[in-house]
Amino acid sequence: MRNERSTEEVALGIRRRVFEHCIRNNGGYLSQACSAAEQLAWLYNEELNLGDPTLPMVPKPFEGVPSPSNPGYHTGAGYNGPAAPEFDRLFIAPAHYALVAYATLIEVGRMAPEGLEMFNKDGSSVEMIGAEHSPGMEVHNGTLGIGFSTAAGLAWGRKRRGERGRTWVYMSDGEVQEGQTWEAIAAAAYHKVDNLYAIMDVNRQQCDGAMSSVMDVGDIKAKIEEFGGVAVWVDAHKLDEIREAAKTPHRGKPLIILANSSPYRGMPTLQLRFPRLHYVRFKSEKERAKMNQEIARSLKVDPIDYEGAH
Amino acid sequence: MVEMVSKPYARAFEAYATKHPDKILCLSADLTSSCEIDGFRDRHPEQFLSLGMAEQNMMSFAGGLGLAGFRPFIHTFGVFMYRRPYDQLMASIAYPRRKVRLMGFLPGVTTPGGMTHQSIEDISVMRSIPNMTILETGDATEVESICEAADSIDGPVWCRVLRGSVPRLFDTPIKVGEMRVLSEGTDVLVVTSGICTEEAMRARAAFSQAGLSIRHLHLHTIKPFDAAALLDHIGSVKHGVVTLENHVTEGGIGSLVAETMADAGMGKRLVRLGLKDTYAHGGSRAYLMRYYGLDALALVRGIEDLMGQDFGIGEADLDAARVEDVHSLVKAEGL
Repeated sequence: MRNERSTEEVALGIRRRVFEHCIRNNGGYLSQACSAAEQLAWLYNEELNLGDPTLPMVPKPFEGVPSPSNPGYHTGAGYNGPAAPEFDRLFIAPAHYALVAYATLIEVGRMAPEGLEMFNKDGSSVEMIGAEHSPGMEVHNGTLGIGFSTAAGLAWGRKRRGERGRTWVYMSDGEVQEGQTWEAIAAAAYHKVDNLYAIMDVNRQQCDGAMSSVMDVGDIKAKIEEFGGVAVWVDAHKLDEIREAAKTPHRGKPLIILANSSPYRGMPTLQLRFPRLHYVRFKSEKERAKMNQEIARSLKVDPIDYEGAH
Repeated sequence: MVEMVSKPYARAFEAYATKHPDKILCLSADLTSSCEIDGFRDRHPEQFLSLGMAEQNMMSFAGGLGLAGFRPFIHTFGVFMYRRPYDQLMASIAYPRRKVRLMGFLPGVTTPGGMTHQSIEDISVMRSIPNMTILETGDATEVESICEAADSIDGPVWCRVLRGSVPRLFDTPIKVGEMRVLSEGTDVLVVTSGICTEEAMRARAAFSQAGLSIRHLHLHTIKPFDAAALLDHIGSVKHGVVTLENHVTEGGIGSLVAETMADAGMGKRLVRLGLKDTYAHGGSRAYLMRYYGLDALALVRGIEDLMGQDFGIGEADLDAARVEDVHSLVKAEGL
């Protein structure tokens, strides 16, 4: 399935959609759309080899968790197409990016816009922190640091079976504080899992604020390479750099693209919120109105009419 | 004398895993010979994955292997498989019902390694995890059948595995979901699991001579659990129930029996024996079982407590305890 729109257009669409959602709902994971839009747009619109969605465009409500008494259970991976040997797989490791990931699915025609209206509503599968039954998700990643390990296991298994499809992980720089990330890179390198790819949103933000004020992680590229992976820096907002980076040779090693991003890209007014960008909740009606006006201008859309919204 | 079987797991795992070369993988976390899979590693390297001392990654990695259609058998000491990587065990294995077989060695006080090596509350933890199945081995035959039993489960399985020299008490393999009825007495019901079953068999013989009729159940399947069968057995004895386990009394089989009785409104006495809200320390198994009250003598005292009667049974009346000198074995408890 190929999208007709340019990746730049998809990225802009992601920002606009997340902006509208956050203004209507008086807050949300807005900054993640700024840093991640090009990366997710590139993955879905260009890089990933995915089949047609196997699940309805309008997501079904929550249908229960995995259990022996729930035989019809399935994950949300069907929005990325079938898990066939030739197709790629994608894990959104920081599941807090779910809002941005859902917006991406809409922009590339894999989910209906109505899907976003179900976001974080009781009884919905379109959960705030992506669950494995949420659209586009295949495993739970709300606990940070487990995504790359799981992908490494899946990729090892797929390589053993001779499957052509790659396993991709969308990562964030905050989760490299978790020791498991380094265990996973070492394991993937030791076992030569080179059908494993990641792109990491290095926005230098985490829940408490700037990573430098919480626990700095130092030189991520040098550390990845010391642990046996291949890492390459790109500007997260320059698609040509990302495209080139994905071609980096990495025989016998996982490839991790480090996407140096801005947490306000496309919405410069958000700088006023620094250092609390993880979940932007407007402090006052005045701030909400101001953000609405200014971000709408940046994104070249009309301000959102949120009267009647909550 | 009871037959002692040397390293039943080593042979059983190799025999089973080599029958399923395309599906079963052997994972290890730097305790390969300590979990008796070094021979397998050497003879079947293509089915073996060394993941190092990195259990958090190993759990999620195994979840990924499960997603890819494999059935990984993870080998390490039980304690290292849930305390540190509990979050990963939950999110990457239990929730999505991956067919990961968690082979936990050195259950309870079967290691002289002290607190850091003794999984004394694992059953309690596993019982509270949705989708988890729990099996525990009590003899060589159960160890020999644990791989096939665990691999028959459509979901994750926690196994308490005995290693080294293991007594043969039973002649039939584990049948998941059932319980073994070892004697059908009518006075007191004794429920045991793991290494405590051998102890109870000793105590049972002594009580038989003293005129107390004991009904004895051995549990190899702790979850799922056949509550109706247990209630039938409780209904078949006059006085009450005594449980004995190589585990803390909270959350283990003592709790399981208590919950079953309470749910059914079964008004009989229950004495729960095991580690009593305490950690253990390092020492030989026989020493630890005596010190913490997990052995045949402890069961005798428990039954006397239930009956309010002294049966005059002492150590001399119990079969000679099997003594293992922890320092005499080549790789004692594999620290």
